[in-house]
Amino acid sequence: MADVKAPEVDSRVRKKFMYVNRKAPYGTIYALESLEVVLISAAFEQDVSVAFLDDGVYQLLKGQNTSGIGMKNFSPTYKALGDYEVKKLYVEKESLDERGLKPDDLMAITYEDEAEDDAVKPLVRLVNRSELTGLMAQQDVLLSF
Amino acid sequence: MKLGILVTEGPYTHQASDTAYQFTKAALERGHEIFRVFFYNDGVNNGTRFAVPPQDDRNLQKLWSALAEKYQLDLVVCIAAAQRRGILDKDEAKRHGKDADNIAPGFRISGLGQLVEAGIVAERLVTFGD
Repeated sequence: MADVKAPEVDSRVRKKFMYVNRKAPYGTIYALESLEVVLISAAFEQDVSVAFLDDGVYQLLKGQNTSGIGMKNFSPTYKALGDYEVKKLYVEKESLDERGLKPDDLMAITYEDEAEDDAVKPLVRLVNRSELTGLMAQQDVLLSF
Repeated sequence: MKLGILVTEGPYTHQASDTAYQFTKAALERGHEIFRVFFYNDGVNNGTRFAVPPQDDRNLQKLWSALAEKYQLDLVVCIAAAQRRGILDKDEAKRHGKDADNIAPGFRISGLGQLVEAGIVAERLVTFGD
């Protein structure tokens, strides 16, 4: 990541940002460049959530191995989202069902809750399509990749 | 209204850049404020002055540069996305030992924080992409 100084913004403004991931992790650059924005946005103390739907659910698949395609496997970075204080991850249930996937096929993404003696808690919440619609409607800024 | 613009697809391949330009121009002409235009993904290719489209076609880079000059528009190209795709300003070219830079007039290279800031400051962030 380039060493560019973050702009000064009014620290009283806290908006709801949702990053919507709809594409498979490899094949196009969208998933990787979406993740790069999510990590940067964490520094701005906004209310950040990340949604995975359509082929975007493949981004969280367990056991990704890119050795055959000569691309960097960036999937371990998703596991660090909790360390960046990005704690609202939503996976759309219908998108999993449509692809024959189950929640167990996804990576375990957790964080240690300091408020509860470092209890390990899952970050991913399974939501159905209508719940996700409702969450999207609450956002100030939606960025879709 | 104060607007932020995000362009995520490359010029000529995809209409997103043309539509973003037309929208930005129309908004400015109607007296709206454009806080910033941010170029991400292949959208960064709007910011090279080395593109030479056929003379009987529009030249998006020149259109953006002219609009920036007329309205003091802030055109920002994402540094990480730009470096991958060979868009460099003078400082970046020097830093990476390249023999030339190609950033177009009116554009500047900066970080993704500029996009997040646009989302915070603008009343609406409007995305032009796929």
